[in-house]
Amino acid sequence: MAVQDYLRQRFFPHMWCPGCGHGTVLNSLLRAVEELGLDKNNIVMTSGIGCSARISGYVDFHSLHTLHGRALAFATGVKMSKPELTLLVPMGDGDALAIGGNHFIHAARRNIDITAIVMNNRIYGMTGGQFSPLSGCGIKATTAPYTTIDNNFDVVELATAAGATFVARTTTYHAKEATSLLKKAILHKGFSVVEILSQCPTHFGRKNKEGDAAQMMENYKNITAPVGSKALEENPALWGRGIFVERERPEYCTEYGKIVELAMKGAAK
Amino acid sequence: MERTTKFVQGNEACVEGALYAGVNFYAGYPITPSTEIAEALSGRLPEIGGKFIQMEDEIASMCAIIGASLTGHKVLTATSGPGFSLKQEAIGYACMAEIPCVIANVQRGGPSTGNPTHVGQGDINQARWGTHGDHAIIALTASNHQDVFAMTVEAFNMAETYRTPVVLLFDEVVGHMREKLVIPAPGEVEIVDRLRTSVPKGVDYRPYLPREDGRLPMSDFGDKHRYNVTGLYHDMWGFPSANPKIVNELLRHLVDKIENNVDSITRYKEYFLDDAQYILISYGSSARSAIHMAKNRREKNEKIGVLELQSIWPFPSELVREKCANAKAVVVVEMNMGQVLAQVKAAVDEPNKVFLANRIDGKLITPTDIKGLLRVIQGRGI
Amino acid sequence: MARQKLKELEINRDWCKGCGICVKFCPKQVLELDNKEKATVVRPEDCIVCKLCELRCPDLAITVLTTQEDDNGKND
Repeated sequence: MAVQDYLRQRFFPHMWCPGCGHGTVLNSLLRAVEELGLDKNNIVMTSGIGCSARISGYVDFHSLHTLHGRALAFATGVKMSKPELTLLVPMGDGDALAIGGNHFIHAARRNIDITAIVMNNRIYGMTGGQFSPLSGCGIKATTAPYTTIDNNFDVVELATAAGATFVARTTTYHAKEATSLLKKAILHKGFSVVEILSQCPTHFGRKNKEGDAAQMMENYKNITAPVGSKALEENPALWGRGIFVERERPEYCTEYGKIVELAMKGAAK
Repeated sequence: MERTTKFVQGNEACVEGALYAGVNFYAGYPITPSTEIAEALSGRLPEIGGKFIQMEDEIASMCAIIGASLTGHKVLTATSGPGFSLKQEAIGYACMAEIPCVIANVQRGGPSTGNPTHVGQGDINQARWGTHGDHAIIALTASNHQDVFAMTVEAFNMAETYRTPVVLLFDEVVGHMREKLVIPAPGEVEIVDRLRTSVPKGVDYRPYLPREDGRLPMSDFGDKHRYNVTGLYHDMWGFPSANPKIVNELLRHLVDKIENNVDSITRYKEYFLDDAQYILISYGSSARSAIHMAKNRREKNEKIGVLELQSIWPFPSELVREKCANAKAVVVVEMNMGQVLAQVKAAVDEPNKVFLANRIDGKLITPTDIKGLLRVIQGRGI
Repeated sequence: MARQKLKELEINRDWCKGCGICVKFCPKQVLELDNKEKATVVRPEDCIVCKLCELRCPDLAITVLTTQEDDNGKND
């Protein structure tokens, strides 16, 4: 099947701005699904609110467009009740880590088999360019006219500390790498997090004079380096790219399956 | 299978009702005075192959049951005031996306933390208007354990029938009190199961297109039809729409499917109403005091009756108007500042003859409290 | 050894929003934006079918169709 076969093509062209990285994330994700040969009927995509969240309307899966920050909580109900489904949960940075921060760390702690994708454009795009918990210091935003003083979360460190068993980062510039990481994340049994730096030329780029979409993407090439590379070792200011964590821990639904087995045996006595 | 008799807390009666109705997914967060519901289901659900999950907060619990309902499960969460506040956003989502689910709110004192271990009935209006925007809701209540069981079963049935969230408005006294419960034999009480679409695979399925009888057949996530669910205004396929005609029809549908069925949804009990000159209207644990007081006064040949409401929303205005038409006075007995009182006043022909007997101090209103007020109304003095 | 050769570079003009990402990153300058601000193929003969334009396109508007070419330059 072609990538377009996974789309609800009647809604195209999509609603994202020209050059928005979120379209590339969709592109990379669909290629991952296609290359894995997953059955569309077996996939549920759950999203929250924001530019990122509109992704669920475009994919020809079971799609659940929920509330701001709550995508993982809804997804937990879907997955727990029907573990054979594949859960894809793309979220924006504010969605996943401000209003949805609690759900994010607890989904990671449970190690429930869900793939969380943080589409990190470091800004609230839908509401017009306010800073997010991933903006970091010294950023201009409509709610930070004098630049931000808020420190940012490091998604990789946060997810790792919270117990995610697969943690990776890439960018929209590295689209091939994104597909490869997403494939691994989807196949991983447990809570997987893939942070994808995704440009917002309309708000973040314009406010912070980062140029057009292509220039912002090129910047991703310059400010990142592969995990384990000499470049990253020598320059701690660079963002690491690739797989940070890949570990095995008991998965939540599997463990609950054991509880059910135990309880049913007890009830039969 | 036989009926079984148990001596249980009201919260356990709710659990038994939920299990009888077919609950197979529960998500919740500990909160007094509802926690026993979660505790009991954490043991009982896996015994029948169901799922229990303790979520990170009240919001997540509400979201998780909506997710599980979409895979075809019968779902429940339980909470109390502060948790009920937190759940409102997702309750609105369930209204908008028309997802069957049941929320038990074992009421305590409020606002805010109020008093977790003492009774209150202050969430009547929050059940109706807690979430923003125009919508309708079903809220049921009960004053004894047999009725807690029955109303819990009804809540699940109505959630499926109308594709809507249903709120069970219990209270701390009913939740924690122990009394006898007779669990009906399987099949004795009707259970409404999920209505699933008969549209075959590959044929256009419209999840928000009502049948002629108004019901909307569903399709489970993971099953043959892939559709969209959103909290945005949406068309009959579930995709976002801002088309004024579609939006107008959607909002009217959401309200009408419940408000127009008030007669089918209304549940109540009446005691000595036929010749009653004075009518007490009550619900939940307050109704126990009202019924007790009426029985006592009947022995003294006073013509007092009780209308016990078991469904609060949609409010049974017509029923109240009819029952109160010949009363000299109507006394609403409740443990709040007059939330049902306002509805009764709006419903009856002579609002000036409606009075409030209430307590809001965390103590159960007593027959003596009600009697005192009634004597004043009757011009007999306390 | 068979190798990939460009058969056609399809651009869905209805979906393309003219962001220029494909143009900027094409290693062989195969693409340009036309006067309607839509990506268009100007030097197909230079295409090395790296498919980076297709993979990065945020509008999912590009499809690179390939064909196999054997060592003798014949298409299969």
